[in-house]
Amino acid sequence: MSGEGVSGCIPFKGVDMNQRAAMDEHRSVVPFWRNERVLKVLAQIVFVILVLAVGAWALTNYLERGLKFSYSFLDEEASFDLAEGIEFSPTDPYARAFLVGVLNTARVAAIGIVLATLVGLVTGIARLSKNWLVSKIAGVYIEIIRNIPLLVQLFLLYFAVIMKLPQIKEAFVLPGPVYISNRGIVLPWPRVAASFGLWWPFLVVALIGAVALLIIRGRSLKHTGRPSFNLLWVVTPLVAVPVLGWLLIPGNPLLLDLPEMVTKSGGVLKVEGGTALSSEFTALLLGLVVYTGAYIAEVVRAGILSVPRGQTEAARAQGFTNRQILSLIVLPQALRVIIPPLISQYLNLTKNSSLAIAIGFLDLYAVSQTMWNQSGRVVEVFFMIMASYLTMSLTISFVMNIVNRRMQIVER
Amino acid sequence: MQKEKLETAEDIIICQNVHKWFGNFHVLQGVNITVKRGEVVVVCGPSGSGKSTFIRTINRLEEHQRGNIIVDGIELTNDLRNIHAIQREIGMVFQQFNLFPHLKVIDNITLAPIWVRRWSKEKAVQVAMELLERVGIPEQANKYPGQLSGGQQQRLAIARALAMQPKIMLFDEPTSALDPEMIKEVLDVMVELARSGITMIVITHEMGFAKEVANRIFFFADGYFVEHNTTEEFFINPREERTKSFLSQILTH
Ligand SMILES: Nc1ncnc2c1ncn2[C@@H]1O[C@H](COP(=O)(O)OP(=O)(O)OP(=O)(O)O)[C@@H](O)[C@H]1O
Ligand SMILES: [Mg+2]
Repeated sequence: MSGEGVSGCIPFKGVDMNQRAAMDEHRSVVPFWRNERVLKVLAQIVFVILVLAVGAWALTNYLERGLKFSYSFLDEEASFDLAEGIEFSPTDPYARAFLVGVLNTARVAAIGIVLATLVGLVTGIARLSKNWLVSKIAGVYIEIIRNIPLLVQLFLLYFAVIMKLPQIKEAFVLPGPVYISNRGIVLPWPRVAASFGLWWPFLVVALIGAVALLIIRGRSLKHTGRPSFNLLWVVTPLVAVPVLGWLLIPGNPLLLDLPEMVTKSGGVLKVEGGTALSSEFTALLLGLVVYTGAYIAEVVRAGILSVPRGQTEAARAQGFTNRQILSLIVLPQALRVIIPPLISQYLNLTKNSSLAIAIGFLDLYAVSQTMWNQSGRVVEVFFMIMASYLTMSLTISFVMNIVNRRMQIVER
Repeated sequence: MQKEKLETAEDIIICQNVHKWFGNFHVLQGVNITVKRGEVVVVCGPSGSGKSTFIRTINRLEEHQRGNIIVDGIELTNDLRNIHAIQREIGMVFQQFNLFPHLKVIDNITLAPIWVRRWSKEKAVQVAMELLERVGIPEQANKYPGQLSGGQQQRLAIARALAMQPKIMLFDEPTSALDPEMIKEVLDVMVELARSGITMIVITHEMGFAKEVANRIFFFADGYFVEHNTTEEFFINPREERTKSFLSQILTH
């Protein structure tokens, strides 16, 4: 505190010099350890010094041992094989190995989030059902799943369920055909054929048509307060135009690649064609969906219960149908309560996918472990792992916060 | 003169020996009431006697287990078509307002006409604005319910119920949750409504309102209507002991 007459100092209005001096004196009397403002700044300074000190200590330690910090190893040949995910061979560099891991994690997390949301929504609503059996079954599922550690559930799913499925020569064959064995699930999958080049313009037209209908619908919704046609009509061009294109162009643009059981030389049985979900992927996905779904169900239930009963009653007294009550009155209010904890559940699912290592699914963490074992670049790889999870988490938070903001604006 | 017209009008609500149980608890123990078209009926009675439960059985917010309820010639059964038909004829105003907090004042009113009655938005908005004028809050149309005073909220709730153009209005203690200075503005709207000729059943302890517009007053206790009478007679010559002690309690307040 410098003396009086400091430029920019706002003079106290209507306070004479004596009083002002008294106030200054009063202020300067407060010892710094009791001054809230000073203490706050001090705490931050101390914290920054601590962080810097730990960092400097770690760095000197690291360098004193003759270790280098460098990412040059990423261009070197990985010389290990990865059985899961995009194409990879041992001659590919470490960077590509890491990409395989990241994509595997992203795939299981993305599909897991969608499925867990569906499971959670259905179970949460079922939990509130007036049907005793339905609500009881939902309740038992939620209680059991929430009270067993996820790691235990994954082991159970993988070793006691998936691994106990029949061997490939006795695989379950569902119509499709879908082959289910202890090596995983093989499904039919469309493959692009030669005439696809003629067909894709139809897909573009279909998409434009659907978007146009959505805009028209949005306009009428704004204008009349009620959509002029059902959302299903938007799907019509999406189906009709591609089908039309299929009939018009020669040949089939897509071929359904059906899996098929073949005998290799030496009498080895193998399912070829289609697309395969490995048993590890299946177990991890199922485990994450079942586990997170139970938590999301509770989030949904709490959200719906947070809407007072009077809301439903007022709506029923006005003659709304049950579906209209849910979609026009209960869910818009419940979503405000549901979305913030839902974001945490999505983040949990993504981070819990690192338990993949327990059942040998080659996710980001499992691949990274192999990487640092082979290259010795532990610290560098750990920074990559942390950066990857951080990026995924921030992406989820960012997207969901936009959704949340839109909900809130609709509310206010 | 108005009374004579009522005598000849047909009955719009008929309840015969209506019973209801909550588990083992026998709430409605044989309710009988007949309300004529255009009649204004006030229901009073001690707390917890089942008045709310009774009024809520009329529009199927509660299901009755025995007896008959006939509204405008339609019997209230498990037939969903009948239930919806009856609910369309009845508007209800609650003690706690139960407005939709996520919708603007105007949208609170237009939501049901647009989705249930399938009106165009222009028509719904036009009718809604007329109703807001009628209840005296047209300047609040673009606010949210949470931004209104209690009295304004209840007037909005009345406008919302009227938007479906019901033949019958049910009121369950519409002024009990209001501060004293707001009670009058809501009662004024209800008096105007009562004089417009709509059929009304009003649960209330506002005896001033009852004296002003009610055709009959019903006294409800222990799960049934103990007695009823014209407004003048009810206060001067209560027949049952139960009624006398209740009246002495609320009138000495
Ligand atoms: N859903 C319910 N389940 C069980 N009991 C209920 C239920 N609703 C009401 N009751 C009971 O039924 C009785 C009548 O309730 P009701 O709300 O109809 O009384 P009321 O006459 O409207 O009282 P008040 O003047 O306090 O509003 C009360 O004893 C109440 O506890
Ligand atoms: Mg009540």
